[in-house]
Amino acid sequence: MALERTEVEKIAHLARLGLSEADLPRTTETLNNILGLIDRMQAVDTTGIEPLAHPLETTQRLRADAVTESNQRDAYQTIAPAVEEGLYLVPRVIE
Amino acid sequence: MMKDSDMHNLTLAEIARNLAEKHFSAEELTRTLLARIEQLDPQLNAFISVTDELALAQAKAADARRAAGENGALLGAPIGHKDLFCTQGIRTSCGSKILDNFNAPYDATVVERLAAAGTVTLGKLNMDEFAMGSANESSYYGAVKNPWDLTRVPGGSSGGSAAAIAARLLPAATGTDTGGSIRQPAALTNLTGLKPTYGRVSRWGMVAYASSLDQGGPMARTAEDCALLLSAMAGFDAKDSTSVDQPLDDYLAALSQPLAGLRIGLPKEYFGAGLDPKIADAVMASVEELKKLGATVKEISLPNMQHAIPSYYVIAPAEASSNLSRFDGVRFGYRCENPADLTDLYKRSRAEGFGDEVKRRIMVGTYALSAGYYDAYYLKAQKIRRLIKQDFVAAFEQVDVILGPTTPNLAWKLGEKNADPVSAYLEDIYTITANLAGIPGLSMPAGFIDGLPVGVQLLAPYFQEARLLNVAHQYQQVTDWHMRAPAGF
Repeated sequence: MALERTEVEKIAHLARLGLSEADLPRTTETLNNILGLIDRMQAVDTTGIEPLAHPLETTQRLRADAVTESNQRDAYQTIAPAVEEGLYLVPRVIE
Repeated sequence: MMKDSDMHNLTLAEIARNLAEKHFSAEELTRTLLARIEQLDPQLNAFISVTDELALAQAKAADARRAAGENGALLGAPIGHKDLFCTQGIRTSCGSKILDNFNAPYDATVVERLAAAGTVTLGKLNMDEFAMGSANESSYYGAVKNPWDLTRVPGGSSGGSAAAIAARLLPAATGTDTGGSIRQPAALTNLTGLKPTYGRVSRWGMVAYASSLDQGGPMARTAEDCALLLSAMAGFDAKDSTSVDQPLDDYLAALSQPLAGLRIGLPKEYFGAGLDPKIADAVMASVEELKKLGATVKEISLPNMQHAIPSYYVIAPAEASSNLSRFDGVRFGYRCENPADLTDLYKRSRAEGFGDEVKRRIMVGTYALSAGYYDAYYLKAQKIRRLIKQDFVAAFEQVDVILGPTTPNLAWKLGEKNADPVSAYLEDIYTITANLAGIPGLSMPAGFIDGLPVGVQLLAPYFQEARLLNVAHQYQQVTDWHMRAPAGF
């Protein structure tokens, strides 16, 4: 099943990736080539096979619900694009 | 005293002996290698950052610890880190524009453990952007060249690590392997590289690509050096939720085990169509050497191998699309100029910050996980993943290790596979299964064809890294492929 341009635009939006009109044909073609490779999976008989999510099939380890980290906000914000009074700045969201 | 012109040819094990016998100091060795990097790396582009100040401080500290009576095997050992291991206060770029300005606020566990053992970090090594690639051509910092032929790729994604070691700019480095990214560049540059069992080496502070497949490991010229590094890198880490709490083997002690009685399996699927026949000959010659050491050989079958690449190209992009959603231009990393609104900030920061291959994989993953497609793609891929694991479980009932080529082809020309990403994906055919199953794998030098290195891959059951290092070390006692250096380096 080949992707149409509109579907590629929708995927780019879901992934929050800007995609120019000029890039759309090439991106659509490349994605379809990759999906062609992936679609070879459909020929494999997996009846009765359980999916494998973790190679060692272990369950998530839990830890005690205790504070282990100290506040390092200032250190972490030294690498932020824009901060003010400890807050991360983004364009206005609410008018 | 050893001449500067010889120091760069030493392995980690030889460096340890020379430092212990005071033939030179860690500081002298560090200065020698830093000068060599400055002189030769412009031809290779293996380094994204050279950390000379840190290196000299660590070298002086190592010399002081040695003067105070310490004698650790890695005390003063020069290494480099693939540029996706976080290093505190030092750029950790992942080969991406989006992290070009990212000075990590903390050290990865692997970095911390190696530093505690006394290693000296000479720099951060080039890589495919976010470890997505098999040629090291997708880096924002430019392609890395193969020291064996500067017109060819070194493999990827740990291509900077591979090129730097092969050119004797460093004796060893860290790498990561999600689909072959340690083993394939090791094969294409004449190195020994080990991908440990999933969970053996902490992923904390290692920027995630595909979390259920990613595993860090050592790259060096010899199996002995890989054993030295792995001994310091591996082990349980409470900070990594998938780290395995199981004691480490004594990797160095295991090296000297004789191979008499070792049962080697040769999977017939690894020697079929698509394999360069000259590589097949070189691989079979290595099998003959191992037979002389007492190993027995048996043909086996891994019938689901051919399904690994389609399955991988669902699972890895799906996990990547989720992991890379954190790069949003808000808290760290690249932010576009003058965003009109929040959506524009996200979309343009990501579009301008990520390269083409990363965007492709994010989009494939986003599609595979989107409503209505999950069962057909992600779930189907995970079922195939179990079939691949079952193949290995059945094979390891008959044999101790599996042996085959690491790659179907020799190092290819720069740019040769750029037009068609799918053709590059197929180069990972022999390495990807180990990541899907989570088993350990090693590539070792096994000869040359037209001046280009050939790698042999060894695979073992879960947590049998010691066995892989043992087989490679014994092979390296009776061969000298791993000692050969590229002309001009």
